[in-house]
Amino acid sequence: MTAKYAYYPGCSLHSTGSEYDVSFRAVCDKLGVGIEEIKGWICCGTSPAHCTSRLLSLSLPFENICLAGQMGLTDIVAPCAACFARLKTAQYEAAEDPKIAGQISEALEKPLPESMNILSPLEIFCNGQDLSRAVTRQLSGLKIVCYYGCLITRPSKVMQFDECEYPMAMDNLLRSIGITTLDWSYKTECCGGALAMTRTDVVLKLTRDILDEAKAVGADAIAVACPLCHVNLDTRQEEVEAEYGVSYGLPVFYFTQLMALAFGVPSSELGLQKHFVSADGLLSAGSLG
Amino acid sequence: MTEPSVVTPSESPLAASVLRESGQNVNLCYQCMKCAAGCPVSYEMDYKPAELIHAIRLGMDDVVLNSKTMWLCASCETCTTRCPQEVDVAKVMDAVKITARKQGVKPAIPQVASFYRAALSNIKKCGRMYELGMIIGLKMRTFEFFKDAGMGMKMFRKGKLKMIPSLTGAMRTWRIFRRVANIEKQQTQRNMN
Repeated sequence: MTAKYAYYPGCSLHSTGSEYDVSFRAVCDKLGVGIEEIKGWICCGTSPAHCTSRLLSLSLPFENICLAGQMGLTDIVAPCAACFARLKTAQYEAAEDPKIAGQISEALEKPLPESMNILSPLEIFCNGQDLSRAVTRQLSGLKIVCYYGCLITRPSKVMQFDECEYPMAMDNLLRSIGITTLDWSYKTECCGGALAMTRTDVVLKLTRDILDEAKAVGADAIAVACPLCHVNLDTRQEEVEAEYGVSYGLPVFYFTQLMALAFGVPSSELGLQKHFVSADGLLSAGSLG
Repeated sequence: MTEPSVVTPSESPLAASVLRESGQNVNLCYQCMKCAAGCPVSYEMDYKPAELIHAIRLGMDDVVLNSKTMWLCASCETCTTRCPQEVDVAKVMDAVKITARKQGVKPAIPQVASFYRAALSNIKKCGRMYELGMIIGLKMRTFEFFKDAGMGMKMFRKGKLKMIPSLTGAMRTWRIFRRVANIEKQQTQRNMN
């Protein structure tokens, strides 16, 4: 399969979010989407970089855009919402401000490449093809809320992705493969992201609000597209339950895991055993057919 | 006796610093409070984002640079997206943190600043974030050795944390960090002259 997309996994997909990597690759394989990992990619710098130095926060992503350019490709796919936002921000700011573009080029000791398309997997899987034909397992018994988090849609003028306050891309994608997704008002609320290790109290409160609302609308599980959201909603769920004396038991899937399951990939190949909140009971429930 | 100043300067030095560090003009703000209303962390802040912006405009450096507000900012970009004046409020928060660091002001929430330093020092050395190393680096800075220990162990058992750093691109990354620091140093010298 010839690669059409340069794949930028980012640090999380090689460690804490490796299930996202595995399931993303499985879906690409099933749908015949050609991807090739960018050789020698480095960290995008994430929040600590933009909170410390604007130039550093733009130079690190641009190094990866340059590497993708050297592969002769024009499309980059970045599944991690934070990486996706940093790559797009770097390109946006360099285009807006020639002075900073010159400094980035100086920092990287090379000219900046022509503008590339930086895409979320949500975009490459929604390009008009009929996904229902690839479905071999009915998941219609599942009721899912799609949680987009912050950085896929914000800031809207940079990301230019869907409707920033009430996106539907992930809902439409999952609905097209027979999964029920519910309307809810916490799609783009913040989970606290990088405050997890320093101000855990804030993250527990914000995560509780999200889990509360998901439960209130009757969801069986949450679908996410960001490894940082996943850590807060899944890995910290038990802590939230202990802190607030509540019980959720809500499994948190990467949307690519749900797609791969619908396309017949065995659950044992999708890293589901790495989740803290088990989805075994939900997936074996008779209602899933 | 000094004459009381009757003329308010149109731009405080702090507003100028914010402009330099982020390209954001806080003087466009007309205090509609949308940023404060939408901020998910404002309940913990000593000054709401709009109040911090007002203090920047008034040149209240002490209030601004010693505030908790920018250290609590989760960079969720809600304020930036909703500002009717297109002030990138999240970037203003970054610029205030950068200004505070340059002026040697002790951060009101030191563990957040420690997290940034631990993460960047890790990326600089490894090229890619080596999470286990970063966590150890953070603990050495904050002395919170037992915080999240149970969760960390469970993540480790589930294979979510790698033992060995990858070091791919480490040399290249180190060079980028060094060149960025040099460019910024030259710029600071130019601004002082």
